[in-house]
Amino acid sequence: MRTIHVSQITQNIKEMCIEANHCLAPDMDCALKEAASAEKSPLGRQILNQLQDNLQIAQEDRIPICQDTGMAVIFLEIGQDVHFEGGSLEDAVNEGVRQGYVDGYLRKSVVKDPIIRENTKDNTPAVIHYELKPGDSVTITVAPKGFGSENMSRVFMLKPADGIEGVKNAVLTAVKDAGPNACPPMVVGVGVGGTFEKCALLAKKALTRQVNKRSDIPYVKEMEEELLDRINRTGIGPGGLGGTTTALAVNIDTYPTHIAGLPVAVNICCHVNRHAARTI
Amino acid sequence: MERHIKAPLTDEDAKTLKAGDYVYITGTIYTARDAAHLRMDEALDQNQPLPIALAHNIIYYMGPSPAREGRPIGSAGPTTASRMDKYAPRLLDLGLKGMIGKGKRSDAVREAIVRNNAVYFAAVGGAGALLSKSITASEVVAYDDLGTEAIRRLTVENFPVIVVVDADGNNLYETAVKAYREETEVKNYDPRKPDQRDAEH
Repeated sequence: MRTIHVSQITQNIKEMCIEANHCLAPDMDCALKEAASAEKSPLGRQILNQLQDNLQIAQEDRIPICQDTGMAVIFLEIGQDVHFEGGSLEDAVNEGVRQGYVDGYLRKSVVKDPIIRENTKDNTPAVIHYELKPGDSVTITVAPKGFGSENMSRVFMLKPADGIEGVKNAVLTAVKDAGPNACPPMVVGVGVGGTFEKCALLAKKALTRQVNKRSDIPYVKEMEEELLDRINRTGIGPGGLGGTTTALAVNIDTYPTHIAGLPVAVNICCHVNRHAARTI
Repeated sequence: MERHIKAPLTDEDAKTLKAGDYVYITGTIYTARDAAHLRMDEALDQNQPLPIALAHNIIYYMGPSPAREGRPIGSAGPTTASRMDKYAPRLLDLGLKGMIGKGKRSDAVREAIVRNNAVYFAAVGGAGALLSKSITASEVVAYDDLGTEAIRRLTVENFPVIVVVDADGNNLYETAVKAYREETEVKNYDPRKPDQRDAEH
């Protein structure tokens, strides 16, 4: 049994909210650089070069990469031999988000009620996903999610007879409908299988996988590569203003499902695909 | 083509800007997004005056992140314009000349743009740090309680945008995408038979 004081969670989440909103992870940075040299449209190249400049300014001048610093999505993988002391874990997570967004000059984009819509003024609460794992460590992933792309995400409850072609069509439909609204070049997170909510969670988590890392399952890897190619031939391009770079990666995760179903969730993220991870 | 224009926007500039033009705006523009649009719409329903003059002005669909000390504004990129589609035709009919955002507009907005000789510009989404460098002053002029969604008056210098929908109704999102669209070959493989996949390669 290992004891962790919840203040350690707060401190880490505060730092990670600030870090994720000012610097992209190396895999995203690299993918954007490669895209800028491969893009065929002159306007597309100009936009991709602006995104490079934007990342540099964000890092050097400490200005968030995007003004939509997102709703804080937090994944906590908790070792089952860990005991937390010092108060509620959920409160500690939200305190980290509060401190990160207030002290880090990040935008407060959360409203307390979806209909009444009064801003909470500190970007809390976060959306927190807990997972229990063997061991005594805790892995925290902070993924601030902007809503330009979140609004273009979809869940499709396909039938088993729709098969792999149905899955591909679902992904392509979501991407084409998203078009310029999702701030392309995008990263496409896909969850296939499970239940209605499980596939959505798989899709969200798939976005935190490095963009240069393909699935270990051969047919899924093949589908990721084929879909990326087909998405980049839609013509949508950087900013939706035409070109050959519409997505940087398609990350697909799967899970067992019911004999009667084939749920597919497509969670679209813009090129500011932010995620910071730490293990304590 | 590349153009440098002043804001507020003249009728002549609005008429001659064409979809695809790369434009640098210098002058005064206003920010408003979802909540501010709702309030302006409600004010008009109640025959109340609007907090800003619309004639010849440009509204930037944007809610900034907070400014650090000594800076005019934080990160300041465009938000998705389609959420304002419900309100935009009414504002255009009252004289609004330009809108800056990102993403598609409805047919009703496109018709209102043509009817009023107006323009819809896109700024690069997700480039808020870069775009903030073209904003030299920012002042909240209405709805302060809305925080980031308040209406701000911005002074901009060479603020970079692209004309998406021009006063003739041309739409760059449609034309530019067609230019780079390619038909794709659909691969049919059966994930239950990995040998078959290997044979294809």
